[in-house]
Amino acid sequence: MTKTTCMTTTPDRGAETGVVAYLLTAAAVVLLMMVFGLLMRLEQAQLIEMGPQPFYKLMTLHGAGMVGIAGIAGAAVMWHFLRQYVALSTGILFANLALFLAGVVMILTSVLLGDFHGAWTFLFPLPGSSMGMWSTQAAALFMAGLLVIGVGFLLLHLDVARAIIGRYGSFARALGWPQLFGHDDGKAPPPTVVASTMVTIVNVIGLVVGASILAMMLVNLYVPAFRIDALLAKGMIYFFGHVFINATIYMAVIGVYEILPRYTQRPWKSNKVFLASWTASTLMVMFIFPHHLLMDFAFPKWMLIMGHIIGYMNTIPILLVTGYGALMLVYRSGIRWDMTARLLFVSLFGWAAGAMPAFIDGTISVNYVMHNTLWVPGHFHTYLLLGMLAMIFGFMYYLGKPAQDATDGMLDRMAFWAYTTGTLGFVLSFLYAGKESVARRYAAHLPEWVPYDQAGAAFAVLLISAALWFMLRFFGRLSLARRDHTRASLPYGVVAA
Amino acid sequence: MKGEHIMQEIAWQASLILMALVALGFAFVAINSGGRYEDYAPLQKRAYRLRLALFWGVVLVFGPTMIYTLVNLPYDAAHARGVRDARPAQVIQATGHLWYWELSETEIATGHPVEFRVTSADVNHGFGIYDTNMKLVAQVQAMPGYINTLRHTFDEAGTYKIMCLEYCGTVHHAMVAELTVAGR
Ligand code: HEM
Ligand SMILES: [Cu+2]
Repeated sequence: MTKTTCMTTTPDRGAETGVVAYLLTAAAVVLLMMVFGLLMRLEQAQLIEMGPQPFYKLMTLHGAGMVGIAGIAGAAVMWHFLRQYVALSTGILFANLALFLAGVVMILTSVLLGDFHGAWTFLFPLPGSSMGMWSTQAAALFMAGLLVIGVGFLLLHLDVARAIIGRYGSFARALGWPQLFGHDDGKAPPPTVVASTMVTIVNVIGLVVGASILAMMLVNLYVPAFRIDALLAKGMIYFFGHVFINATIYMAVIGVYEILPRYTQRPWKSNKVFLASWTASTLMVMFIFPHHLLMDFAFPKWMLIMGHIIGYMNTIPILLVTGYGALMLVYRSGIRWDMTARLLFVSLFGWAAGAMPAFIDGTISVNYVMHNTLWVPGHFHTYLLLGMLAMIFGFMYYLGKPAQDATDGMLDRMAFWAYTTGTLGFVLSFLYAGKESVARRYAAHLPEWVPYDQAGAAFAVLLISAALWFMLRFFGRLSLARRDHTRASLPYGVVAA
Repeated sequence: MKGEHIMQEIAWQASLILMALVALGFAFVAINSGGRYEDYAPLQKRAYRLRLALFWGVVLVFGPTMIYTLVNLPYDAAHARGVRDARPAQVIQATGHLWYWELSETEIATGHPVEFRVTSADVNHGFGIYDTNMKLVAQVQAMPGYINTLRHTFDEAGTYKIMCLEYCGTVHHAMVAELTVAGR
């Protein structure tokens, strides 16, 4: 064996049963939800005909399902890497999955049997005012399902909090505050710990707020005298929803922090800029939520302006710390471009690129003519599909990698390009329609909007085929994924003899 | 007519340009990923200098944009543009119901400021005004228990549509009303 100074000798850990179970659950649900998404797009494109009620039922399932599995998949990445540093409970990992599956059954029952279609955002008072389209029981079952899922995640994050505090003493230390605000002795916790701490803080708060409004609305369903203020409810729902969906990306990006340094044999250090950006993101991801209420003129104006401003500032860490950091690592690194490297690299592009139309939409005067148009699904599908989900697929390829010098097949490479172009085309069809004022969440579109829908549906087919291939690949490599072996520890050009 | 959709155009073009710039950065690095420099430290130093420059570039371009776009917010009374006379605004009460709009008046004169007092009788709706080209020109949420005041001056005659812009259930997409704007 030739040895070089920077070679890691320990093999990369394989995935625990729980992590594999999370990924399999996520993959199965993602595929189904993607097909639901395609059906919605086909309906808008007038290529199939299902009618409004089935459309909105699919929309409700797609939203809840995708957000839920984004959390599950992100948690799998976080858990897998975080357990290198802290002692996490496998029991809790499974408990969360069990609660998740229970919640999924409740939601499916509510929507498929109870006809609930009040959207995953369950905006008060819609679940309780359906004009007889669904029953109070169906609405209650849906919200209780979300509550059960939320409780599962809360347990998981509390366990992460316990483990992090057990090892590092406090959140402040785990976020590297001694090094951030004092002398940087180079001993700040690794990026994985910093990111996990951030996610834990924001998600615990977000989930408690989400659970509170769900509980309040459940009471209100049966005891209408228990009144809820609609603006307060909306603020709480979007606080929870925004934090939760963003946290999924902040969890998934841990895979990039861990894997890219192995591929490039360059360290991703928690230096002052890194620590500052994560502390800033911790605050910003929580205080940005008023940008969902910019068209609620009754909301306190200073908070709306705060949403506008934080929307601009929030992109700086994404762009100049994480995105730029990855570029630094890769530049002249001699990285081996296998599927893992490609997907992780493109995922940071997807995240950063999606942030552009997002912060622009957070500009109040733009939001005035673009809020609740297809512009919004346009930007969030960019960072969820080409960002978050690409991170997950990259992680799957990494786990399933047979050996560090294994090469990918032709179909893998084709799938990569199909996924990238398919996703870009798909999101651009949304963004362009948004520019053309096409409203989001419309089961039926005007004739002049239909061409964008048809283009979007075609690109969706392309990207779904690619995603299907990624997942089949992972399913075929489950035993490899569980094994401890060297996946990417050798720098390119150093031949293991 | 085009003037009304300037925001959408700017948002679209700016997004495309920014996304393309990000893509260029990633493509540049992907193309230059080979030919490993073993010594990372000097590279890091140069990259950090470039990042600082980029940071200030971003601050200088987007800082003023962020502040400039806070002038003339839709929340301000001055937002009804083209106030060319001293007449008080025409007040229209707009209430969203499952699944129709109730408007106290639907006839509007061009150039005359209009104040929509928007609310809802049941769930959340979105009051979106579409012009004769079916482009969105203004919107506000219709929330039960709140009255949101939307000010707008219609400069062009024609039939405008009110479309619902907050998901409100099964018939949400068909919750449409019309406004007739006539020249004075
Ligand atoms: C092939 C992939 C996908 C397709 C074809 C697709 C399609 C769609 C469509 C057609 C809508 C409704 C748009 C409208 O408002 O008219 C939608 C909404 C949505 N999608 Fe996707 N999507 C895909 C992937 C994803 C992924 C990966 C996620 C998240 C991880 C996601 C999350 C959502 C959410 C949260 C909504 C909002 C639902 C709502 O408005 O209530 N989608 N998607
Ligand atoms: Cu509606």
